[in-house]
Amino acid sequence: MSSTPQLPPVAKLEQKTVVDLIARGKRIDERGPDSYRPIQIQVGLIEKANGSAQVSLGKSKVLVGVKVEVGEPFPDTPDEGVLTVNAELLPLASPSFEPGPPGEMAIELARVVDRGIRESKAVDVKSLSIQKGKKVQVVYVDVYVLDHDGNLIDAAAMAALGALVNAKVGKFEMKGDEVVVKPGHHPLPINNYPVAVTLAKVGKTILVDPSLEEEQVMSARLTVTTDKNGSICAMQKGGLSGFTVDELKRAVELAVQKAAENRAKILAVAKG
Amino acid sequence: MRIDGRRLDQLRPIKLEVGVLDKADGSAYVEQGKNKILVAVYGPREAHPKHIALPERAVLRCRYHMAPFSVEERKSPAPSRREMELSKVIRESLEPVVLTDLYPRTTIDLFVEVLQSDGGSRCAGITGASLALADAGIPMTELVAACAVGKVQGRLALDLSDAEDKHGEADLPVAFVPNANLVTLLQMDGLLTTAEFEKGLQMAVEACKTIHTMQREALKKKYHEIKEVVEEKEESEVVA
Repeated sequence: MSSTPQLPPVAKLEQKTVVDLIARGKRIDERGPDSYRPIQIQVGLIEKANGSAQVSLGKSKVLVGVKVEVGEPFPDTPDEGVLTVNAELLPLASPSFEPGPPGEMAIELARVVDRGIRESKAVDVKSLSIQKGKKVQVVYVDVYVLDHDGNLIDAAAMAALGALVNAKVGKFEMKGDEVVVKPGHHPLPINNYPVAVTLAKVGKTILVDPSLEEEQVMSARLTVTTDKNGSICAMQKGGLSGFTVDELKRAVELAVQKAAENRAKILAVAKG
Repeated sequence: MRIDGRRLDQLRPIKLEVGVLDKADGSAYVEQGKNKILVAVYGPREAHPKHIALPERAVLRCRYHMAPFSVEERKSPAPSRREMELSKVIRESLEPVVLTDLYPRTTIDLFVEVLQSDGGSRCAGITGASLALADAGIPMTELVAACAVGKVQGRLALDLSDAEDKHGEADLPVAFVPNANLVTLLQMDGLLTTAEFEKGLQMAVEACKTIHTMQREALKKKYHEIKEVVEEKEESEVVA
């Protein structure tokens, strides 16, 4: 069952400072309303994964590992590989995260990242079939949140894209009834580059890339994932309030622009 | 023209009923196309366990759940990741209108049971949930109405049915609060240009306004019925 979250207690004075600054067009970390915190991306740090990427968004830190294994296709898509995204909010990442099965925040994070990749057809699942209806490649994208200082969705989506672009797999072939993997360094078939941009509404202001302090005072949140052509492939509103239609239009416009900037940054590193 | 004969901007037939369950503090039943959804509200009631209570407001809790027989292939009754996500976004679509600060330290529990699913069940669930909250007498600033717009064969179409959704290229569920002009649920999957998004959003908002009128009618109807019962009773007392 989904419950109204219990926000960690923040000193009222600090909250007021954050809100007042935003009302005056400033932010507590001295950014403008439409600027991101510094983005750092590293790829290939986990040798045992097929692909990996770590993204820092200011002090938020997310590691994504991609593993490719052999599995069975879903009955309704017998000639398509399988893509699954899972997210873990590690207890080491925040005092508010606890060990245990994924809660609604982790599930939402994973599903929003998943939707961006799936709907933009970033991974060409058709070419991941090994033997129709029997054997396909299964791409596991595991999102590992290491440090939570706000806007995990954008960090996770960028790291997932970086890890997919970075991934190298062997060659999967049928030998009789068995699948054998010939060692090799083939990239995954990647056709699109979805990038998520999250905006927060504080008072009447729309900000990109909310930090944790800003998430604690925001009334609502919107994530817009756009593909390489600037089309929208996923959206998710969150938070206790909403947006007017005009705010949404402005937010989407800003998101398309920011996604293009961030996409260039990720690909510059991930493609090497 | 669409497979069920509707125009692109036409809703499926909608039936809204209020006060359909005996034990719940408030309840509603929604049919939209082949969707059949029951919603119950319990509360405001004492928070159990106590530590989930919030000192300055009521905690809103929501469970969206699909019956195993609600879809083509039996669905496991255990809550899926999809259901957990939808429980969250349905709750968040209603949080802005419920005057939760009137009932500190309590919970308001919402149960959305999808008895039969036909595309757009989260939206029909929200439409029913705000009716059930009103039926429970929980103060709200306004009713929330919800409806999805999709893209099928390159064209935007209102209120997709299951069959259209499966072959559709995009789905855009929206919940809207007319008097506050606030969109309180917005999700999207598929591919839309920004121009298509803006047009789709407008279509969804207009449909929400229509549904909102139907919601008000459904609530009024119930009180009308109560009034009739009372009048009949009074008349029979006079005769006696």
